[in-house]
Amino acid sequence: MAALQNSTLDAMKNNQPQLLTEWIKGLEANGATRNLKEQDLKQQTAEFLHLVVSGLEKGNGQNVAAPGWDEARQYLEKLSHSRALLGQDSHQTASFIFSLKGPVFGLLQSHYKDNPAVLAEQLWEVSELLDALGMHTIRTFQKSREAVIKRQQEELLELSTPVVKLWDGVLALPMIGTLDSQRTQVVMESLLQRIVDTGSEIAIIDITGVPTVDTLVAQHLLKTVTAIRLMGADCIISGVRPQIAQTIVHLGLDLQGVVTKANLADALKLALNRLGITVSKTV
Amino acid sequence: MDRIPILQMGDFLLVTIQVDMHDQLALTLQDDLSERISRTSARGVLIDISALDMVDSFIGRMIGTISGLSKIMDAETVLVGMQPAVAITLVELGLTLPGVSTALNVERGMKLLQERVREQ
Amino acid sequence: MSPRSSGTHPINIEQDVVLARQLARKLATECGMRLIDLTKMVTAVSELARNTMVYGGGGDMDWQIIDENSRVGLRLTFRDEGPGIPDIKLAMTDGWTSGSGLGLGLTGAKRLVDEFELDTAPGQGTRITITRWT
Repeated sequence: MAALQNSTLDAMKNNQPQLLTEWIKGLEANGATRNLKEQDLKQQTAEFLHLVVSGLEKGNGQNVAAPGWDEARQYLEKLSHSRALLGQDSHQTASFIFSLKGPVFGLLQSHYKDNPAVLAEQLWEVSELLDALGMHTIRTFQKSREAVIKRQQEELLELSTPVVKLWDGVLALPMIGTLDSQRTQVVMESLLQRIVDTGSEIAIIDITGVPTVDTLVAQHLLKTVTAIRLMGADCIISGVRPQIAQTIVHLGLDLQGVVTKANLADALKLALNRLGITVSKTV
Repeated sequence: MDRIPILQMGDFLLVTIQVDMHDQLALTLQDDLSERISRTSARGVLIDISALDMVDSFIGRMIGTISGLSKIMDAETVLVGMQPAVAITLVELGLTLPGVSTALNVERGMKLLQERVREQ
Repeated sequence: MSPRSSGTHPINIEQDVVLARQLARKLATECGMRLIDLTKMVTAVSELARNTMVYGGGGDMDWQIIDENSRVGLRLTFRDEGPGIPDIKLAMTDGWTSGSGLGLGLTGAKRLVDEFELDTAPGQGTRITITRWT
């Protein structure tokens, strides 16, 4: 396959302002500039075009994995990452690169108007290169999006069940909704960490809002109670519904040594009692 | 280091484990402690493992043995400062250390020991 | 699936078990493992490395950091040329021990990792491979 000719490179290098204007026009036309500031767009297009030209100058051809394209690749990675954070979709991000094709093709068409064979060949080369860069952008964009989603999932998990301080030395974990194994694990871990951080001696896990548990979750609850004891704190489980009690007994799980109370209020009363705190009404 | 230091505080012995112990070191500590309990007639032993980032079945067994030994020699053992990740791992491993008293930190452990000794 | 990096660590004396734990901790950190998962992995390493030393009469721990799709994993293989395990089913029973331990080494280690593979026969040595993913 023929390589990109120097003449093509020169044509691109010497006509950067023209390419930029047409590129931005193209981007605006297909809606790829939404949510982007004009200033940023101008800067991004100029910087990237410059990187493409300098990448070509280093003579690396279309192999965008070559070291000569490092800068351009890193720039695209940064760009697609920032766009993923802005909430742009992959289509818009990819359009950023693909929209450059039109202006470059136009430029080459007039540059090689007397030599159709070379024109076709050079168009193919440029097209290959921009496709490769575009693919790279989509790949990194996807990765950034996955990272964003993963982070949000983790945040959601932690937010969904907050550990609250009921009293000095008493933490409570009110669990609501169906518990799956992963959620239980994350929540329990954060409870254990909070026990250390706050130096709380008693933790109450309230499962009034939990309609049902499966074997794994029930086992997880019991393991947490044991882990809390190993750390040197006490655990009270409150609000065990009849169905859950049945499940636990049915599964043959050993609840020995686990203190249970009918509701959160009773659990708190027991906790205060253990800490030697009395609450009384002022007359 | 081939020995873990044992500090004496009144009627109690305090051991702070801060190194990644190899098995022999753990066994030596077990021997040293029982010898010290009998020599000093200590009433309680406090084992601080807040600096340990891992407890495997060997160290777990050592802790259980120390607790059992000291009970026979009329001393209470309290294990303090186990990190959350260590506690979760130990439970997963199947080692729940029944019969070993625990506390969140040295201060609480000391209080617990004093209460226990006073009760007797 | 491709190994990002790999190596071998000898396990012959007690101090090697400590070093194997420390190496596993370093590798797990490199993989970006969460503290809980890291602690589980290091504890499993401690159990298996001790088995290699005590029952296998010494051996090696091969390590590998692997990239697979979007996850990273730490895979460790404990190899020895010892007597092997005659009854795998019995060895994988909680509380059963051929030595003086608690009998939690093998079964416990299995519960602490995502993947556990045991390859042994009497007189053929033992090979245990464990993997934990981030």
